Amino acid sequence: MATSGNLIEVRHVTKRFGKNKNIVALNDCSLSIKKGEVVVIVGPSGSGKSTMLRTLNLLEIPTEGEVVFEGVNIADKNVDINKHRQKMGMVFQHFNLFPHMTVMQNLTLAPVKVKGMDEKAAEEMGLRLLDKVGLKDRASAYPIQLSGGQKQRIAIVRALCMEPDVMLFDEPTSALDPEMVGEVLEVMRDLAKEGMTMVVVTHEMGFAREVGSRVIFMDAGKILEDKAPSDFFSNPENPRLKEFLSKVL
Amino acid sequence: MSVLWKNMTNFSFLPKYLSYFKNGTICTLVIAVLSVFAAVLPALMLALMRLSKNKVLKNLSGAYIALFRSTPVLVQLYIVYFGPFAVINLPSYKLFGFIDVSMLIPGIVALALNSSAYVAEIIRGGILAVDQGQTEAARSLGLTQAQTMRYVVLPQAVKNIIPTLANELVTMVKESSVIGYLGCQDLMWGTRTTVGATFIPLAPYIFAAAIYFAINYPAGKAIECLERRMRRGDVR
Ligand SMILES: Nc1ncnc2c1ncn2[C@@H]1O[C@H](COP(=O)(O)OP(=O)(O)OP(=O)(O)O)[C@@H](O)[C@H]1O
Ligand SMILES: [Mg+2]
Repeated sequence: MATSGNLIEVRHVTKRFGKNKNIVALNDCSLSIKKGEVVVIVGPSGSGKSTMLRTLNLLEIPTEGEVVFEGVNIADKNVDINKHRQKMGMVFQHFNLFPHMTVMQNLTLAPVKVKGMDEKAAEEMGLRLLDKVGLKDRASAYPIQLSGGQKQRIAIVRALCMEPDVMLFDEPTSALDPEMVGEVLEVMRDLAKEGMTMVVVTHEMGFAREVGSRVIFMDAGKILEDKAPSDFFSNPENPRLKEFLSKVL
Repeated sequence: MSVLWKNMTNFSFLPKYLSYFKNGTICTLVIAVLSVFAAVLPALMLALMRLSKNKVLKNLSGAYIALFRSTPVLVQLYIVYFGPFAVINLPSYKLFGFIDVSMLIPGIVALALNSSAYVAEIIRGGILAVDQGQTEAARSLGLTQAQTMRYVVLPQAVKNIIPTLANELVTMVKESSVIGYLGCQDLMWGTRTTVGATFIPLAPYIFAAAIYFAINYPAGKAIECLERRMRRGDVR
C-alpha cells in the first residue's frame, strides 16, 4: 500500500463528537492528495472542513478510518504522531502565535526543541524566511506589536521553519481586516508556485480558482464534489454545490 | 462602655512585651512565605496529574485535593506533628535565635501540604485559562505534550497564577496562626502569651489585629495593582 504516489490518503474517515458520539462531523470521507497539489476545501459553516483538515495531522483523532501520510497510517495509536507532525505545517484562523515569545523565538522553538537544530542555524533560516515574506525587520518584535496580516505571515513562516512536506491552512484570512487579506494570500500563492503541497480551507473563491489544483466541496460531513477549479466553478453538478456557489460568488 | 474602651486601649504591656510581637511577626512571615513556596512544586505536580488523561493519576490528585480542602488545617497540623514528626528527630536549633526549628518544620510541612491543595487548583485554573489554540499550534509543530506544557502553556499560565498565588500568601499569613498550637512562637502565640502574663484581656489582640491588617491590606492592594497590570499586557 506504500507507494500509491499519494502524499496523504484519507480512507473512509468518520469523526463523531459529543458524549454520545451523536454529532457526525465527518461521514465516511475519502480523499487523496498528491505531492505538489494545492487542494482547496470549501463548504458551508459546520460542514466539517476544519475537522477534515485537523484530522490530517491528527489534531482530531478519527473515530473510524485511516489517515495515511507518506505511507504510514498515522491514525494508528502506536505511531509516534509528533514525528509526523513535524512534516505537516499548520496555519490557523487566529494565528496562534506564542505571545510570550518574540517573532524569532516563535520561529526557532520547534526547530531547536523538536529537531535539535543548532540555535544559530535556526535563526539564520528564520531570518531568510522572514525576508521572503517581507518581515525581516520584525524579528525581535512581540506578536502583540504586529498587525493581523503580519501575524499570519509570521505564523506561515513558523510552520515553514520545520521544512514541512505539506502545509495545512484553516481559513487563514478569515480573521483579517479586508486590506490585509491580500498580503497573506500572496505569500500562499508564492508557496504554491514553489511546489509546496497545500490543503487550504477558505472562503476566498478567487484563490481557489487561481491557485487550486483541485477544489473540494463539503456539506454535512461529506465530500460531495472534488474537481479541477475550472470544472468546479463552471460545471457544478451537485445541487447543494450549485446553491452554495450561488450564495458566495 | 468606659470599661470596654479602657480594655481596648490599655497598651501598657507594650514596653515589656513588644519583642513578643516583633519576633512573632517575623515568625509568622517566615512561616507563611516558606509554606507557600514549599507548596508550589507539589501543587504543580497535583495540577498536572489532575489535568492528565491517566485516570489513576487524575483521581489520586483529586482525592488529595478533596481531602485537604475538606478538613480543618488544625487537624492536619496535629496529624502531621504527632504522626510522621513523632518519629522524625529534628535538631533543636533556633532560627534567628527564637524560632524553634523542631516546631517550625512540622508546621511548614502541614501548612504546605494544606496549601498545595489550594495552589494546585490555582495552577490548574491558570493552565486552563491559556487559549487552547496555543496547545494546538505547539502540537502541530511536533512538540510533545510535555514540551508544549513547558515552553508554551506554563510560561503563559504563570501570568494568571502569580496574582492568585500572592493572594494565597496573604491567606497564609492569617491561616498560619494555627501553628501557635504547637508552641511555635508566631504572632498569635506572642499575643496569647502577653494576655496570659499581663491579664490585659483585649488590647493585645487589638494590637495583633492591627499588625495583621498592616501587612495584609497593603499586600492585597499591591496584588490588585499587579493583577491589573498583568491583564493589560495580555493579548494573543
Ligand atoms: N470539538 C468539538 N466538539 C463537538 N462538536 C464539534 C467539535 N468540533 C466540531 N464540532 C462539530 O462538527 C461539525 C463540523 O465542524 P467543523 O468545525 O469541522 O465545521 P467547518 O466546516 O469548519 O465550519 P466553519 O466554516 O464554521 O469553520 C459541526 O457541527 C461542529 O459543531
Ligand atoms: Mg472551520
